[in-house]
Amino acid sequence: MSEVIKNYIVRENEDYIVNMGPQHPSTHGVLRLELVLSGETVKQVVPHIGYIHRGIEKMCEYDTYKQIVHLTDRMDYLSAHINNEAVCLLVENALEIEVPERVKYIRVVLDELTRIASHQLWWSAYGMDLGALTAFFYGMRDREKILDIFEESFGSRLLHSFNTPGGLMHDVHPNFQKHAMEFVKYFRKKLPEYKQLLTDNVIFRNRTQGIGVMSRETAIAYGVTGPSGRGSGFSCDVRKIAPYGVYDQLEFEQILYEQGDSFARYMVRMKEMEQSLNIIEQAVDKITDGPFTAKVKPIIKLPEGEYYQRVETARGELGVYVVSDGKKFPYRVRFRSPNFSNLFVLNTIARGHLIADLVAISGSLDLVIPDIDR
Amino acid sequence: MSGIIKYFADILHGLKTLWAGMRITGKYFVSPGEIVTEQYPEIRHKKQIVSDRFKGEVIMPHDENNQHNCTGCGVCELNCPNGSIEIITKRIPDENGKMVRVIDKHIYHLSMCTFCGLCIKVCPTQALAWGQEFEHAVYDRTKLTKVLNKPGSSYKGLSSKKKEAKS
Repeated sequence: MSEVIKNYIVRENEDYIVNMGPQHPSTHGVLRLELVLSGETVKQVVPHIGYIHRGIEKMCEYDTYKQIVHLTDRMDYLSAHINNEAVCLLVENALEIEVPERVKYIRVVLDELTRIASHQLWWSAYGMDLGALTAFFYGMRDREKILDIFEESFGSRLLHSFNTPGGLMHDVHPNFQKHAMEFVKYFRKKLPEYKQLLTDNVIFRNRTQGIGVMSRETAIAYGVTGPSGRGSGFSCDVRKIAPYGVYDQLEFEQILYEQGDSFARYMVRMKEMEQSLNIIEQAVDKITDGPFTAKVKPIIKLPEGEYYQRVETARGELGVYVVSDGKKFPYRVRFRSPNFSNLFVLNTIARGHLIADLVAISGSLDLVIPDIDR
Repeated sequence: MSGIIKYFADILHGLKTLWAGMRITGKYFVSPGEIVTEQYPEIRHKKQIVSDRFKGEVIMPHDENNQHNCTGCGVCELNCPNGSIEIITKRIPDENGKMVRVIDKHIYHLSMCTFCGLCIKVCPTQALAWGQEFEHAVYDRTKLTKVLNKPGSSYKGLSSKKKEAKS
């Protein structure tokens, strides 16, 4: 706690205060960063949040468990499918519903496709933040292939409320497995282009290496999870440390980098995309025929008590906490969103850097603002 | 001396990485077979640009006799998370003079819909379906409130009951 407090300095008269946002292209949403500057050097970053607060947690108290699912799409819209799965897993574990094997493997494939699509968008936007506009077009081109798979199977490209407690809303398209494998082959070929275009670029490397170093202690103190935390060597992959679904039956590595700078966080995501491709390859073969949903009552009532479920989204650990009083609406719902914790480490790691570096650092944390405010 | 060598080595390395990136963009510049962009308004009538399952809007399919499957039970209204659906029913006499409850207006607010698909999933008679229309821009937002059952339409089951009664 003392470490957190001492990072907020007392302002002096000659300090220059500038608002970055709420409409700034590099924040990817409505986030206001109050910067205390000395010349061009950042002395302090104070994030002001709440511009896109919609009260999702309160809205959940007036919705049934099936209706909650579609609200979680609107938090971290880039990993919508994984957010849905968190609520579904919570209800399934609470009621001890046995989900069919087919559903479990389809969910894993969709999770990893979502993760790749999210990382692709981040890669495109990160290049654009640092002035490499070319990256944007190449990332978007490959993301389109995943969105086509999504659109074919569940009709929507971004916010697909496809999970439902007990299984899936409807069955996937018959061509789903074929197209998923085609994408894996296609994207394996295209990944070296990413390396040549941005990873090996000397301007990009100079702008990210050694910028915004976050130690493992800082990551743990602030609860920074996901690729941002793993770039500092903090082993926090929920798929490994608390496996859900069928992740314990699949072979993949947890990517860890020790440097903790922006480039390490970048490399974690690049390597994670390769791991996700491996997971998809393993899981697609294991999709068997069978029902797409288990038998669930039309009105779900959780037994009285408290429930918690955590999953690994593309940005870190998402926790869903539900207090039930035995009625069809939950008594209280709380989301532990990854971006909220990831944002507030910005003040610690960006201090002493230039404003242009702040864009590189906040980009490497991969923030999605609606997930912070909820 | 080593400083000067490093200086020029850095410049060479920088040029090399720039060349690697430029080669990829150059490759796509000279190979028109790999163009992925499409001219939007032009391709709209040439091919189907959305999939069959695309969630454009909620529609109520009618058959050639202007009949639909909706009984007016109101399950979709109950399950809608944000009140996009309003069901207004009326009572009309059937063949035998018995009063039955049928749907009068199935009002759908497209502006409030989040496309979660719960209404379509819970409908016991499959009266609702997804439409593939996606160009929803209008100048007046009241135009986004739609009545799904067409004027003069009736419930399919009611007429089959009538036919059974006739035969």
